[in-house]
Amino acid sequence: MSEDTLGKKSRGKSGTGWPRWLRLPPVLGMVLALFALWYVAVVPMNVKEVLTAAERAGVAVSPPSAVERRDMGNWALVMRNTHALGDSWSSDRPKLPAPHQVLVELYDSTIDEELNGRRGIVKSGTLSNRSLVYHAIVTLNATFLGFVIGTVLGCALAVGIVHSRVMDMSVMPWAIVSQTIPIVALAPMIIVVLYSIGVQGLIPKAVISAYLSFFPVVVGMVKGLRSPDAMQMDLMRTYSAPTTAVLWKLRLPASVPYLFASLKIAIAASLVGAIVGELPVQKGGLGARMLAGSYYGQTAQIWAALLVAAGLAAVLVWATGWMERRTLRKMGAKP
Amino acid sequence: MTLVMFAVLLWAVGFGVNVMLANGPARDTGAVRLAVPLIFGATMLGMWELIVRGTQVPTVILPPPSLIAASFVGNLSTLWGDFTQTILKGALSGYIIGCGAAFLTALLVDRSDYLRRGLLPLGNFMAALPIVGTAPILVMWFGFGWQSKAAVVVLMVYFPMLVNTVAGLSETSAMQRDLMRTYAATWGQSLWTLRLPAALPFIFNGLKISSTLALIGAIVAEFFGSPTQGLGFRISTSIGQLDLGMVWSAILVSALSGTAFYGLVALAERRMTFWHASYRGGR
Amino acid sequence: MTDTTAVIRASHLDLTFQTADGPVHALKDVSLDIEKGSFVSFIGPSGCGKTTFLRCIAALEHPTGGSLTVNGMTPDEARRARAYGYVFQAAGLYPWRTIGRNIALPLEIMGFSKAEQAERVKRVLELVELSGFEKKFPWQLSGGMQQRASIARALAFDADILLMDEPFGALDEIVRDRLNEELLKLWAKTEKTIGFVTHSIPEAVYLSTHIVVMSPRPGRITDVIVSPLPKERPLDIRDSPEFIEVAHRVREGLRAGYEE
Repeated sequence: MSEDTLGKKSRGKSGTGWPRWLRLPPVLGMVLALFALWYVAVVPMNVKEVLTAAERAGVAVSPPSAVERRDMGNWALVMRNTHALGDSWSSDRPKLPAPHQVLVELYDSTIDEELNGRRGIVKSGTLSNRSLVYHAIVTLNATFLGFVIGTVLGCALAVGIVHSRVMDMSVMPWAIVSQTIPIVALAPMIIVVLYSIGVQGLIPKAVISAYLSFFPVVVGMVKGLRSPDAMQMDLMRTYSAPTTAVLWKLRLPASVPYLFASLKIAIAASLVGAIVGELPVQKGGLGARMLAGSYYGQTAQIWAALLVAAGLAAVLVWATGWMERRTLRKMGAKP
Repeated sequence: MTLVMFAVLLWAVGFGVNVMLANGPARDTGAVRLAVPLIFGATMLGMWELIVRGTQVPTVILPPPSLIAASFVGNLSTLWGDFTQTILKGALSGYIIGCGAAFLTALLVDRSDYLRRGLLPLGNFMAALPIVGTAPILVMWFGFGWQSKAAVVVLMVYFPMLVNTVAGLSETSAMQRDLMRTYAATWGQSLWTLRLPAALPFIFNGLKISSTLALIGAIVAEFFGSPTQGLGFRISTSIGQLDLGMVWSAILVSALSGTAFYGLVALAERRMTFWHASYRGGR
Repeated sequence: MTDTTAVIRASHLDLTFQTADGPVHALKDVSLDIEKGSFVSFIGPSGCGKTTFLRCIAALEHPTGGSLTVNGMTPDEARRARAYGYVFQAAGLYPWRTIGRNIALPLEIMGFSKAEQAERVKRVLELVELSGFEKKFPWQLSGGMQQRASIARALAFDADILLMDEPFGALDEIVRDRLNEELLKLWAKTEKTIGFVTHSIPEAVYLSTHIVVMSPRPGRITDVIVSPLPKERPLDIRDSPEFIEVAHRVREGLRAGYEE
């Protein structure tokens, strides 16, 4: 009894040993705390604009001149004007919109725009180019295309590296070094150069996404394809198995866990690539929405686009994880 | 056309030498391990130069390496200014603040099981989000200067660092914790003598991931607005002027700083976690 | 055992773990007195509670019934008073510390002066015959040497009681024999009270003054055998008729526990 149960009992680190229903409350608590913090932060962040508006509406504000207020700390202003802060969570052009304002903007620019908007899918039959649904799909297309290209090329290069000593020695160090450089710096150049030779739209963004997802896949797959141990390789040798058989029957199956680990990184990187790739051209997509929002000071619009991007990332990573669990279970891994 | 032929020839020679070296008798020596990738890189550069010249690709699409090198050398002072603006002011200060804050949070979280169970899944979730998207908001809040870049960097590095440190701090075996109990060690003593050293490999992993993220954050944030200096600014304006030599020079600077930054962290890791299984095989 | 000099005294000790499959009786009605200076082995099949009992003494587990005192204190008070050294199944040396600094670890925590630390490290290294390895890192040593270093670490702060939980279980037989011999010498030199968990019958018989035979479901003591062997024990004592006789009794005890 003692040895076995003790081991299990004290191994419950990082919460993995907890049943699902016990894991949720702390996470929910944290999320609620975060939202509470957000609501509180809205007050000092927007205090100057709110006080100016209150002054116009005839409420006594201290100090009375906007010039004096400009040089004061936000918290000091909050303390001296607690009576005039009622509009903090509903101001028109907030520096930091309250969560519900972002949600309203999110609703307006997705469901409301599509159902009731002039250009929405109900009235015009196509997705409105002012709705986040449209922009999310634009971004998602580039993400997927880039992800697939990057993954396929990455796996191919990894297979080459594992089988050829020359490729291993000459390419692998560069693949590792390339992970340390900020590849997104290339994004604007790729877009503009491809544009100048007549390629535009989906492809340039997908190229950036592919580029970003390529290297994690190469490095992860090389590790995975090399993961079979000496004994497993020797077994193949006793069968005098040809290289292709070793690849299909041993190396590839053994690399699946590593593949999925890199895919999760790659899909998130792909999304970042697509968003950054949308910055220079301004032809739709979540990145373009963010930049437009920042030009026109529409904070709620940026936040809504950001929220959609975060949602997409979460769904993509979760879906990859789900596929990982399913595949590994089919391959006989312990749940 | 002859230049293209030369390129093919160069490739054949470079590849041939590498095949010889990689399968030759000295293949496992350090010199060959260094030489092969260098020869490969040099071959690629040579072919780039020859093919671009041979097929007369316009320099606004792809400049040859010689032109990039000339532009790099000719603009050293400008590039140095960009380097200080983006890397030293934006990325490094954000990196230090972000990693420091994440480390302190991790110590705090470590004391409470509730906090750890709440923050760890949340931190993992946040670490997967495209946080670089907050750049336009932060530029709006903190202005065009390096402060807004540092703020983006802080947000980007915070969660990966937090998750890694928290995971590292709980990376002790039950036996090691029991040993500390038999000594009646205080929380501080067991933190300092056991859990911090045991967490070092994880902490350095977080630091390494963060070093790359820091540069990405600082550069992308400049695409949303910056003073007339900085690598991101240089890249986006030079493209507008079709000065591709300058664009590539700025990219070269960011690549070199990224590798150097990462290399420094990796070096520190090697010195401080020499005892870890991944290093001691080599000695 | 007489009770006048008992340093560890357990009476009617119970410990029940609540697991997903219902309660498990790890210890049931365990009563035992351990005399000062004795070498007590706990032997039995896995699940008999021998490790759990040792962990109760060390205050790493908390009994759910009965009473247990160590040096006249509760186990937790004894732990705070640093009354015992504990040796685990694995050496568990910190890879980032040299052997010397590993042994100094408890001394640092307990606030010994630097000079005192150095002096004690030197002394216990001699005791376990590891002098000269002070500057080495644990991974540069063999498994047997690592386990000797972990014993030195437990000896460093001079507690009267040494608790050892299958310390040689992971080592091969030849190394194990040598370490057993050394442990006996060490015990003779330091006159400590030793509690020793093992599942090897020869090891238990060779080392102990008292052999506590335990059996599982629920974990309990079925027999306490007082060894008739002399204190001086060369390795070849294991071929003597007395030794074989005691080993036989232990085996019978273990079998009896099984058949119930």
